[in-house]
Amino acid sequence: MTAIRTEGLRKIYPLAVPKRRGRRAPSAPFGPPGQSALPPAAANGARELVALEGLDLEVGEGEFFGLLGPNGAGKTTTLGILTTRVVASAGRASVAGADVINDPVGVRRRIGVVPQRANPDRGLNVLENLVFHSAYFGIARADAMRRAVALLEQFGMGEKADAKVDALSGGQQQRLMIARALIHEPGVIFLDEPTVGLDPQARLALWDVLRTLHRQGRTIVMTTHYMEEAEQLCDRLAIIDRGRLLALDTTVSLKAKAPGGTLIELDLNGPADDAAAQVRAMDYVSKAEAVGDVLRVHSAAGGRIISAVIEATEAAGRHVRNITLTEPSLETLFIELTGRKLD
Amino acid sequence: MNELVTPGPVSALTVFWALLRRDVRVARKELPFFLVRTMMQPVLFLTVFGFLLPKMGMVRGGYQTALLPGILAVSLALSAIQSVALPMVQDFGWTKEIEDRLLAPVATWVIAAEKIVAGMLQGIIAALFVLPIARLIMGPIANLTFGHFGDVLMVTVLGAAAFSSLGMWLGTGIAPQQIGLMFSVIVAPMMFFGCAYYPWRGLDAVPVMKYVVLINPLTYVSEGMRGALTPELPHMSLLVSTSALLVICAFFWVAGLRSFYKRAIG
Repeated sequence: MTAIRTEGLRKIYPLAVPKRRGRRAPSAPFGPPGQSALPPAAANGARELVALEGLDLEVGEGEFFGLLGPNGAGKTTTLGILTTRVVASAGRASVAGADVINDPVGVRRRIGVVPQRANPDRGLNVLENLVFHSAYFGIARADAMRRAVALLEQFGMGEKADAKVDALSGGQQQRLMIARALIHEPGVIFLDEPTVGLDPQARLALWDVLRTLHRQGRTIVMTTHYMEEAEQLCDRLAIIDRGRLLALDTTVSLKAKAPGGTLIELDLNGPADDAAAQVRAMDYVSKAEAVGDVLRVHSAAGGRIISAVIEATEAAGRHVRNITLTEPSLETLFIELTGRKLD
Repeated sequence: MNELVTPGPVSALTVFWALLRRDVRVARKELPFFLVRTMMQPVLFLTVFGFLLPKMGMVRGGYQTALLPGILAVSLALSAIQSVALPMVQDFGWTKEIEDRLLAPVATWVIAAEKIVAGMLQGIIAALFVLPIARLIMGPIANLTFGHFGDVLMVTVLGAAAFSSLGMWLGTGIAPQQIGLMFSVIVAPMMFFGCAYYPWRGLDAVPVMKYVVLINPLTYVSEGMRGALTPELPHMSLLVSTSALLVICAFFWVAGLRSFYKRAIG
């Protein structure tokens, strides 16, 4: 069974033209305050910004699906469309059998959404946050109370029921958001960068919660720009950048597709083309390319060839300013696909 | 393995009622602040213009009768605007708290409509609180009657609806940084040129102003209140003021809901 399907999803944002009554840039529906949904590319003189360029996705029921990409890749826009908060410029999308345009109310009934930044209702206490959210979904009060108490217990916040939301830590607030997203028992849960801003302990605790939800058979769609998070949690991953789908496969297969060898990146004091030509001829080098002042070398012998690479670089008349080593991983695959790093 | 649970459909009325209960719950918690916020301005005005100046003999006795309906109109209007505009600016501007309600299984305009209704209620409550305070400060007021209660209710509800919808329009259309500007450029002139502190008929002395103030929605609430509460004294015809309020309501209702939708759905 398919839980989510998108076909040729496009989203184009008109850019603010500073004349007459200037229109505001659309703010990210789930993003942090003041942060525009638009990637930095919007800063140039273009009249419009293509946030999504024909996205086709299919997520199976019960799947833990990850949308991986850097800021501005189109992850939040995709989530916005699937959660009915953003209207696509073209294409179709359905969630749990309901079309996001023709039946947004039907979609909302079937989904739970965890925003990037916790946005609890601060006028209400912790328990009320859950009980009122249930009421919006037509759940009777007694039933809502029972579910709310059970969820708070499950997330280790039983004693916080009467607390003000502001008294919660960041991790607790994020767990409250997950409880809120679950209280009407949706089949599909969307999480937008759920662990951004959490300390490592809270992040691990949240991972456990997500694994449990996955075991219960829920469909989970999560955006992240943390490779490790995607590797740890997701069954399948879509790597997107600049609104396009670059790769879509199981996490295991994607890792297998990562270019062989260790990636050695050297920051040089000038264009790296000559150095790349030199290095390409060396033993154990499967690939060497110049990206501006950066020299990217794929090494079949790990970091052992570093000194030889530096020598070759200096022979080409360049100095090395900085060196980075990356083991084969989704990260190296990502760099291979996009030519840039995740964050 | 769980199946995809599909919760049953919920009627828009159920969701609307739940949203309203939420706003009432929050408003009850904030009642003391709400009262201070809405009472301060009318109390000060009443003290100076309804008590001190008449005591000094600076204004004639009839002024209090003209002032009371106007003060009620201003309290109603200000409270209705603020109750909607301020939360909207905050919610869409930075707290994003309204997100959970935007995910409620109901058409987006219902959420906006509920906010407007909640704002109306707060406007009406403000007016209800101001009335006894005015009586307390100014003493007995000549020619005041509650005999036309239907008219009072109609003007109150229409006025609250007009300004609550205006609050929705402003609150969703204005950038958070400009909220201060909204009060000094839109709300303050509206208060002073809304025939609240002087009767419209009195502007016969300044004919230009008599027509200029007609673009101000508050004029019709003030004059409507006069028509309903002090019908013996000169005032704009109730038919005119209530018809104008009806048109203003319809306009801001549509503008407010559209503006809300634009902010809510990208």
